[in-house]
Amino acid sequence: MKAGWPLLGAALLLPPFLPISDYTLHIIILVLLWAFVYTSWTIMGRFGLVSLGHGAFLGLGTYVTALLWNHYGLTPWAGIPLGVVVAVAVALVIGYPCSRLKVVGHYFALVTLALTEVVRLSIVAWRDVTGGSLGMTPNAVPPESIVALQFTKFTWYWVALGVWALGLVVWHRVDRSMTRSAMDAIADDETAAAAVGINVTLQKLLVTTVSAALTAFGGALIGQYQMYINPDTMAGVGVSLQIVFAAISGGMYVILGPTVGAILTIVLQEFLRVLFGTRCIGAAATIYGIMLIVFIIFMPAGICGVIVARMRKRRAVAAAAPAAG
Amino acid sequence: MLQVDGLTKAFGGFVAVNQVSFAVAPAEILGLIGPNGSGKSTIFNLVSGTLSPTAGSIRFEGQEIAGRPASEIVHRGLARTFQIPRPFRKLPILENVAVAAYFGRNGRIDRGTAVERARAALALVGLPGDPDARTDGLGAAGLKKLELARALATQPRLLLADESLGGLDHGEMQQAAEMLRRVRGEMGITIVWVEHIMGVLMKVVDRVMVLHHGETVAEGLPADVVRDPRVIEVYLGRGHAGA
Repeated sequence: MKAGWPLLGAALLLPPFLPISDYTLHIIILVLLWAFVYTSWTIMGRFGLVSLGHGAFLGLGTYVTALLWNHYGLTPWAGIPLGVVVAVAVALVIGYPCSRLKVVGHYFALVTLALTEVVRLSIVAWRDVTGGSLGMTPNAVPPESIVALQFTKFTWYWVALGVWALGLVVWHRVDRSMTRSAMDAIADDETAAAAVGINVTLQKLLVTTVSAALTAFGGALIGQYQMYINPDTMAGVGVSLQIVFAAISGGMYVILGPTVGAILTIVLQEFLRVLFGTRCIGAAATIYGIMLIVFIIFMPAGICGVIVARMRKRRAVAAAAPAAG
Repeated sequence: MLQVDGLTKAFGGFVAVNQVSFAVAPAEILGLIGPNGSGKSTIFNLVSGTLSPTAGSIRFEGQEIAGRPASEIVHRGLARTFQIPRPFRKLPILENVAVAAYFGRNGRIDRGTAVERARAALALVGLPGDPDARTDGLGAAGLKKLELARALATQPRLLLADESLGGLDHGEMQQAAEMLRRVRGEMGITIVWVEHIMGVLMKVVDRVMVLHHGETVAEGLPADVVRDPRVIEVYLGRGHAGA
């Protein structure tokens, strides 16, 4: 696998220079940006903190950035950090009591599910400012503007690639840190974890805030890229489920799992959009739900998880063979 | 080193620990005995921060620790083991102990040092085999040793050992008792030891405290306590009289 990384890196430098359509490049950019968001979710999701509230963090990052730009002319370079701060503050407000009161498992999922709906409904209700359920468009400054963070697809590809790589680096660093061991211990037994000196609340809040911050950052960039944001596609429970589905289907315990999940969900989304058009609203969400059930039952480790497990098994067999011979 | 005064814990109308007071001197081994439900493990939970007391004071090295978070109490130098081993099943054996070495010192050491301390703790308790193996392969004795290694890896000055001999055969019990002696003798760690295996406990501890229905029945030297009529009545039985 280590030898594959330079190859993957080299392959990722090519798309903007290949004779591919604008649409294909658009899909690749979307995959990279959403892969970053999905990777961000797994930073906490892999430790049993199954958040259905990441739609809220995504929406906060997106809307705070866009609203500050449209209403106050504040550059997204300042708007995005503010969106991230707001998302982190909300994550702390929800995460702290959940951790202190040992709200875990189904209850944690329900609390975060409520959060994502509160954010979505707030955006819808604040119609005069946010555009309500019709969504809003950040004021455009064509053709390219660094200050407005508005670029052509060619530039966006490099931004998306860099951000995706950042997500992998953070995932890797968490994976190699003692925080990972602490979180695994906490997921097993909070009381025993505290009894060896692990500050359970601190560690949980650490991964929660990192995950929320990165998700808000990803949401803001997706909004800037798409130049249209809508509470249902950027903040609702649908987005939260999409994030969870992509992470689980790709494999949340493997670094490239969420990326594979992003390829699967974005391509599926586009396929369903073309297939149904406007004839069958909700078909995509239904199919997502069915696929999530199928994956959880038959492939809980996700696509990458299964591949890695098979590779390990094959290696173990190969290593055992000479010894047996 | 440890001073407990008027410690009380009520669960609704049930008083599990009632006005218990005791002190532990540095490098002493105090045995805590009593029938099931007498409040021994509850006292451990209160002293280690797993539970908050309803009333009373717990002072460790002069500092009040009653009601403080369990992790903070570990950082102050007080560690515990559990009666029923609670290994971290997702982590390999070495990492189970390394995480204790790292966070027991509140992250003030690097990962490499934590792993080295974990190896030393595993060697001390005599846990053989591949340290990268999963904990699923450990038997009752192995899990007890892992508990002890994890607690020792936090580098405590006071160890609360909860039934370290449970599930062990005769030879393993003698080894475990010897290990606790070494922990005190070589490392200078003070120990409060809850145990039901009286024959082994009495040979190791300096003093014994007997609990019954959450209250102190007797406290003193092992030889004196086993002759106490109330202790014989509520816990030891007539067979121990005159032992």
